[in-house]
Amino acid sequence: MSSTTAPEHKFHAHGRGHRGFVRRWLMSTNHKDIGTLYITLAMIGALEGGALSMIMRAQLMYPNNTIITSGQTWNAIITAHGLLMIFFFVMPALIGGFGNWFVPMMIGAPDMAFPRLNNMSFWFLVMGFIFVNLGLLVGHGSGVGWTLYPPLANSTYQPGPAVDFTLFSLHLAGISSLLGAINFIATILNMRAPGMGMHKMPLFVWSILVTAFLLLLAIPVLAGAITMLIMDRNFGTSFFEPGGGGDPVLFQHLFWFFGHPEVYIMILPAFGIISHVVSTFSKKPIFGYLGMVYAMVAIGFVGFIVWAHHMFVSGISMDSKVYFEAATLVIAVPTGVKVFSWLATMWGGSVELKTPMLWALGFIFMFVIGGATGVVLANAGLDTELHNTYFVIAHFHYVLSMGSVFAIFAGFFYWIGKMYGRPYPEFLGKLHFWTFFIGVNLTFFPQHFLGLAGMPRRYPDYPTAFAGWNYVSSVGAMISGLSTLIFLYILFSIFTSKERLADNYWGEGANTLEWTVPSPAPHHTFEDVPVIR
Amino acid sequence: MRKVKQTSSVWLLQGFGLLMAASVMSLGSGHAATLARNGVGYAVHAPMPWEWWLQPAGSPIEKSIDWLLRYVLWIMAGVVGLVGVLIGIIIHRFRASKNAVPSATTHNTVIEIAWTLVPAILLIVIFVPSLHLIYQQSDYSKPYMTVRVIGHQWYWEYDYIGVKGVDFTSYAVPPDKLKPGQIRQLSVDHPLVLPAGKKIIFQITSVDVLHSFFIPSLGVQRYAIPGQYWRQWTKIVSPGIYYGECNQICGMHHDDMPIEIVALPVAQFKAWLAKAEMDAAQGNVPDVHAYEMAAERVAAQETLH
Repeated sequence: MSSTTAPEHKFHAHGRGHRGFVRRWLMSTNHKDIGTLYITLAMIGALEGGALSMIMRAQLMYPNNTIITSGQTWNAIITAHGLLMIFFFVMPALIGGFGNWFVPMMIGAPDMAFPRLNNMSFWFLVMGFIFVNLGLLVGHGSGVGWTLYPPLANSTYQPGPAVDFTLFSLHLAGISSLLGAINFIATILNMRAPGMGMHKMPLFVWSILVTAFLLLLAIPVLAGAITMLIMDRNFGTSFFEPGGGGDPVLFQHLFWFFGHPEVYIMILPAFGIISHVVSTFSKKPIFGYLGMVYAMVAIGFVGFIVWAHHMFVSGISMDSKVYFEAATLVIAVPTGVKVFSWLATMWGGSVELKTPMLWALGFIFMFVIGGATGVVLANAGLDTELHNTYFVIAHFHYVLSMGSVFAIFAGFFYWIGKMYGRPYPEFLGKLHFWTFFIGVNLTFFPQHFLGLAGMPRRYPDYPTAFAGWNYVSSVGAMISGLSTLIFLYILFSIFTSKERLADNYWGEGANTLEWTVPSPAPHHTFEDVPVIR
Repeated sequence: MRKVKQTSSVWLLQGFGLLMAASVMSLGSGHAATLARNGVGYAVHAPMPWEWWLQPAGSPIEKSIDWLLRYVLWIMAGVVGLVGVLIGIIIHRFRASKNAVPSATTHNTVIEIAWTLVPAILLIVIFVPSLHLIYQQSDYSKPYMTVRVIGHQWYWEYDYIGVKGVDFTSYAVPPDKLKPGQIRQLSVDHPLVLPAGKKIIFQITSVDVLHSFFIPSLGVQRYAIPGQYWRQWTKIVSPGIYYGECNQICGMHHDDMPIEIVALPVAQFKAWLAKAEMDAAQGNVPDVHAYEMAAERVAAQETLH
């Protein structure tokens, strides 16, 4: 990392230096400050969700264990773990955090289109975070799983306010995402620097644009479904109550019409980050840019018409199975285009294995493994055997806990110098990568075996035969837990570092607009409107 | 200093690659589990310690699933292996220390078309046999008998359709009541008794929340949905004990409503059913003699911990 002794950069420029803590952080309208707030919330969400997963792995370390003695408590924990990791870690980190920080900068815009709306999005999410915790802690907790399926989520089976809190939390997080999505779409479509046509936009911006459209179309469906559920619970309607002519399967359709695009909402921004990291550390422009763009658009589109592959053993017919299997398999094609284009970008490059690049390489390989098991699960016939087993848990943690999360770390180490102006310690960065990499693989690879042998998910206890691989998995979880402590130390050493970074501390490979401004990026990004040739 | 770190990362990456290659090579090379047998010599289809593949197949559907799973996994292992090898080559040949001047190639129409078409062809190669499995699973013709399976919080109820009165509940055996040979979290008080070698249809429903009727070794799984009936069929190839579990979150005792199926030779099954019908006519819960028959099971499952 090249560094410089340039004087304190320009946060205080443009007469904004007098803003106090409250005005700067509670009433923020600056996309960078709001991005920082999102990243902070994401870290808190990740630490809480991670702590819950440590409790879960501790309970599952041995059969007949007694750390969690109530099944309801267990179910509340798994519910909160899923919701926290999705809505309060991965989404705020990728979209609210990196999206806010870098989309305006990459397109040469002074800020987001609607700065106050941006602030509102963030605080809605904070409210959602408080509510999801109420859902975990009030009464017996909401023990319904993150999928919230009725009738279990109905008031007959989950009395008390906990499930209502969880549902309101999703409403709040949903409003937050929706406002954010509107803001991103308006910004990207209207505020690009002169000369930056759609086909010249950096891939991260494209990934956020596609993601924003997915949010815009998917979140209202979730909002409708949980509103109906709230009404079933509290106002005597029976949308999902078979006794009143309702249909529990309808909820599953609505939920997954949101839920499947949601998985692309969590992975597309990751694709964007990985493209930049791979290009920067290979010192080569992205291979097949247009293919990369339209692969993301295709994934976004097809992502909307495959939802019922989550319901192969629920209430759907044979013909539906055939259709949803075929449509699901199709997604592998654009995904393959992305992976092979990353490889081709690196091919012939001048590859430097700095920490962000290690995360990116880890991402590509782990994501391919998760994608491979995804193709397995897309087969409706095989899903009969594997649905709801640990094979599914292993699959989606390979694409999330190693896909999205690896991309978040790649983005963090790639951009932290631009965001904070100080370098991260390279050796500790690599140590963190390797310990985390070993930890998560040890945690999730054996879960494939547990799933194949028939271990169901959402069990606080299991037949003793499953003990061996569960023990290995728990040891892996502890390793990744300890690895997180290294990351916290890295944060500490970044914040206490005295070293300053140059504008473009990665050198020739980094050529998007954020590398033309000082590190840390000044409060007001551009002195002159950048012009793209 | 920096050079050393870089090299160690390369070695670690390679080591991981080798490990993955080894696990891919061992894929499907043998069966982790051999079947345990009970006191009367019947096979016990339950998960085994350190098992890393499907439980041995007990039905034609499960055989098809086992085959298709290997087939798809081999293809996907090829894809994962290819990506792994390419990453290995990249970090070897194109490291900054070896290749200081990056190439400027950003397009190659032929290769871009190839990596779109080849995966598409692979998916067709997967889809065709997969379609066959879906059709096989949906063939409900000519059943020998139908059992209605009803999920409750937290037990199963089995109703033998067309056999008057044979309708009983099946609860997990509490851990402190386990007899020798019974398996914690899998054994039940009244197992579902079925004939071996005959096509059986499960008509699956629930009276409260969602459950899922899941028997891994038979390749049977379907949600139990209140207000709806969904079918699954099976043909248990040989007499034995087959275990399954509830596989859709259903509340605080979700992990405590296992499924135990005792498959008997047809003659023995008929005798059991006649006796069960007589018991029912006298107002008694049908006694499940098959269970006593199987009581002397070897305790191989409980070797761990």
